[in-house]
Amino acid sequence: MKVTFKIWRQAHSDAKGEFKPYEVNGLTEDMSFLEALDHLNEHLVRSNEKVIAYEYDCREGICGQCGLFINGRAHGPHPHMTTCQLHMRSFKNGDTIIVEPWRAKAFPVIKDLIVDRSAFDRIIEQGGFISAQTGTAAEANSILIGKKVADKAMDAAACIGCGACVATCKNASAALFTSAKINHLNSLPQGHQEANKRAIEMTAQMELEGFGSCTFTGACEVECPERIPITNIAEMNARRTKAKWMG
Amino acid sequence: MIQKLDSKIPDGPLENKWRNYQIKSRLINPTNKKKLNIIVVGSGLAGAGAAATLAELGYDVQCFCYQDSARRAHSVAAQGGINAAKNYQHDGDSIWRMFYDTLKGGDFRSREANVYRLAELSSPLIDHYVQQGVPFAREYGGVLVNRSFGGVQVQRTFYARGQTGQQLLVAAYSQLYKMKRAKKVTIFARHELLDIVRIDGKAKGIITRDLVNGKLKRFAADAVVLATGGYSRVFRLSTLAIGCNCTAIWKAFKRGAFFAAPSFTQIHPTALPQTSAAQSKLTLMSESLRNDGRIWVPKRKDEPRAPNEIPEKERDYYLERRYPSFGNLAPRDIASRAAKERIDKGYGVGRLKNAVYLDFKHAIERFGIDTIQDRYGNLFKMYKKITGVDAYKEPMQISPAAHFSMGGLWVDYELMTSLPGLYAIGECNFSDHGANRLGANSLLQASIDGYFILPNTINNYLVNILEEQQPTIEHPEFEKVESEVKKHIDRLLTINGSKTVDHFHRELGKVMWQECAMSRNKKGLESAISSIEEIREAFWTDVKITGSAQEMNPELEKALRLADFLELGLLMCTDALQREESCGAHFREEYQTKEGEALRRDDTYSYVSAWEYNKGNFELHKEALTFEHVQPAVRNYK
Ligand SMILES: Cc1cc2nc3c(=O)[nH]c(=O)nc-3n(C[C@H](O)[C@H](O)[C@H](O)COP(=O)(O)OP(=O)(O)OC[C@H]3O[C@@H](n4cnc5c(N)ncnc54)[C@H](O)[C@@H]3O)c2cc1C
Repeated sequence: MKVTFKIWRQAHSDAKGEFKPYEVNGLTEDMSFLEALDHLNEHLVRSNEKVIAYEYDCREGICGQCGLFINGRAHGPHPHMTTCQLHMRSFKNGDTIIVEPWRAKAFPVIKDLIVDRSAFDRIIEQGGFISAQTGTAAEANSILIGKKVADKAMDAAACIGCGACVATCKNASAALFTSAKINHLNSLPQGHQEANKRAIEMTAQMELEGFGSCTFTGACEVECPERIPITNIAEMNARRTKAKWMG
Repeated sequence: MIQKLDSKIPDGPLENKWRNYQIKSRLINPTNKKKLNIIVVGSGLAGAGAAATLAELGYDVQCFCYQDSARRAHSVAAQGGINAAKNYQHDGDSIWRMFYDTLKGGDFRSREANVYRLAELSSPLIDHYVQQGVPFAREYGGVLVNRSFGGVQVQRTFYARGQTGQQLLVAAYSQLYKMKRAKKVTIFARHELLDIVRIDGKAKGIITRDLVNGKLKRFAADAVVLATGGYSRVFRLSTLAIGCNCTAIWKAFKRGAFFAAPSFTQIHPTALPQTSAAQSKLTLMSESLRNDGRIWVPKRKDEPRAPNEIPEKERDYYLERRYPSFGNLAPRDIASRAAKERIDKGYGVGRLKNAVYLDFKHAIERFGIDTIQDRYGNLFKMYKKITGVDAYKEPMQISPAAHFSMGGLWVDYELMTSLPGLYAIGECNFSDHGANRLGANSLLQASIDGYFILPNTINNYLVNILEEQQPTIEHPEFEKVESEVKKHIDRLLTINGSKTVDHFHRELGKVMWQECAMSRNKKGLESAISSIEEIREAFWTDVKITGSAQEMNPELEKALRLADFLELGLLMCTDALQREESCGAHFREEYQTKEGEALRRDDTYSYVSAWEYNKGNFELHKEALTFEHVQPAVRNYK
């Protein structure tokens, strides 16, 4: 199989970037998209060129480190899938494939296809936790949590922090990411004590980081590898409003 | 020499050892804690748990990881669950039973006292994670659910869908950020440890490379904790993340920490098979699937029919046949070897005939598709994404893959290595799993090492150095080590040969998989050692790396990691060669029973091998294993 990649190359954060074409031969349909890029990189090394920088680690869809904008879509042509789970069988022989980094003001490019997503960590820092010290826990079954509540918390907690929601949103909003964490913790009894503070402080940090606001287009939930539904955002907004009233 | 291996097991009966230890261990007052600085390398369950807890206790902590965020440490990928002896299922579980299962599962090649502590601390750990907001699976009535894992007959595994590791890690990561907000932890993501600084015989700091701009940086501390995970990427194809490496523990080894049981590596029976030479990773299918899935191969060699067309009586459910009492839940080493046996004999299935079937037909008939979906939905989804096949309709194809390292840096009961001031926690130590780890015991071990044990033992060392002068990065030793690191990097970049880093990694992986994985023998190991020497030689004369050291350079990162794997491979084969017995995952073909089961030789090999690095040579020390509370038995799962 043979394809042409048009890949965003940018030497460092302050450099000007541009698309460069690469014709790649000798691919197979079984190869993952990242393995196709590995293959290209080996070729570049042999031709004495610098390799393309892109992110990955677990390569099984859970670490959230990979993330490429492929042919105009976050993580490529399929919904609910990370880049590392995309395979070349989703493309045709002879295709031209455009590969870009996540584009968002709050995610500056570091090099080529790699962006800085530390804004997400800073949102978590503003309350994406339960303040309890190691060693202070009560017996696990002493607080019952109904299956429905636990399942719903898990649905939200499944977020892998990849940033596809931001990348695909026309406003580059981080509302889906932030709401997933707020709803995960606030819906559990353990998270109740700090619920209001959490809703207010995490959303404030989200705005401070320069993410855009949510206009409910629903684009994010289509790309989310964990299928986190957009209703989370409505729930977060309700929690935040309530928190502002309640103090 | 012998004193170097003092395991420091506390006195008293097994049940009281940990309590006795805590009672006697020395304390540091809060004002002094503030003055003490601890480096934690790694942000997985072990590293993040330790960093957050040490910070809560008042120490000044710096935490490092190579990923872009602490939340991505490879603990995130654990699917199946975490064990605890809660006995919520009322099925006869207890700390003692868990202790015994783990010791037996490890084929009696671990310390009684350590394993007992693991079981003892399992129950409070579940309480702890629930408090942190981990959404474990629940019954309708609101209590926690359990399931079984391989090698045990009770249900003691807690889980959060098929994403247990992720949920635990996100909890640990959130605690880390809680302490960052409290200004007690500084986090250095995209920083890779490249060496350890030793001053006057004690670990006093590290040298890292900032992966964004390539800068080498020095960090000094009163103690250094390594929590850098497993080294199965030495096989190249494994269930580990691409960046997982042995660099931190290898450098520690070269600076004087002993390396224990390096050849004890676990091959997991249920990963997705390799399908092409370009493959970079083998995806794990959680062991929990063996609760309901049945493993089989066709009775006929080179069977051309599709699995669903093969009638029941022409299928060989070989685990149920060979191990009727544990069946599909036989421990990993045994299940992997049994798969290899069938595949080698020509009964393998799939395009490359390197797989076996894992079938859910009977479970779906029995429990209904909704129940199976509820239990394993995301695993079936993942299977479909990767293979394009719907496993609700057709059996999965699975195959053994390198997965976990029981071996690692030698540590005593306090989790300190043989280099004073250097600790190793989580998968990177040799710890509690002996020659084979039981499923769902590793998230447990990484977590209790970090949250519960280290924060209670590190004070015992720090209290003695309170009077010592604080180390600074101006010390000549920092200068020296940094320049050695720089030389190492420059040397790699100037080779300018003709082959890529991945080329050499594939070569190493082939040798390791062939000779030092599921089945080993003297001749094979000896030839592996010389092959690895050759690959290493070729690497250092013919590797080509483009780009420079002063920029983000993924190729250079890979090369630095591989340079260490090439040396670790030698040590692993050397270790496998000296152990002339079969135990757990270490199967020496020369030592097996008539039925093909592992033949342990307790009279000569009841010890932990601990290797010392001595100017390029590996010297063996032995920590004798004594069993006071259980009698090592022949491991029987029939
Ligand atoms: C696919 C898979 C599934 C698993 N499923 C289960 C399961 O269901 N149950 C179970 O109990 N166990 C399971 N395990 C095992 C378990 O997940 C691991 O043993 C455990 O999570 C290891 O935790 P850790 O904290 O020791 O290391 P890790 O989580 O691997 O963390 C290592 C950390 O060290 C850092 N690091 C490494 N090298 C360097 C360096 N040179 N410089 C700086 N930082 C460095 C990394 O950035 C990372 O932060 C599974 C393992 C795998 C691979």
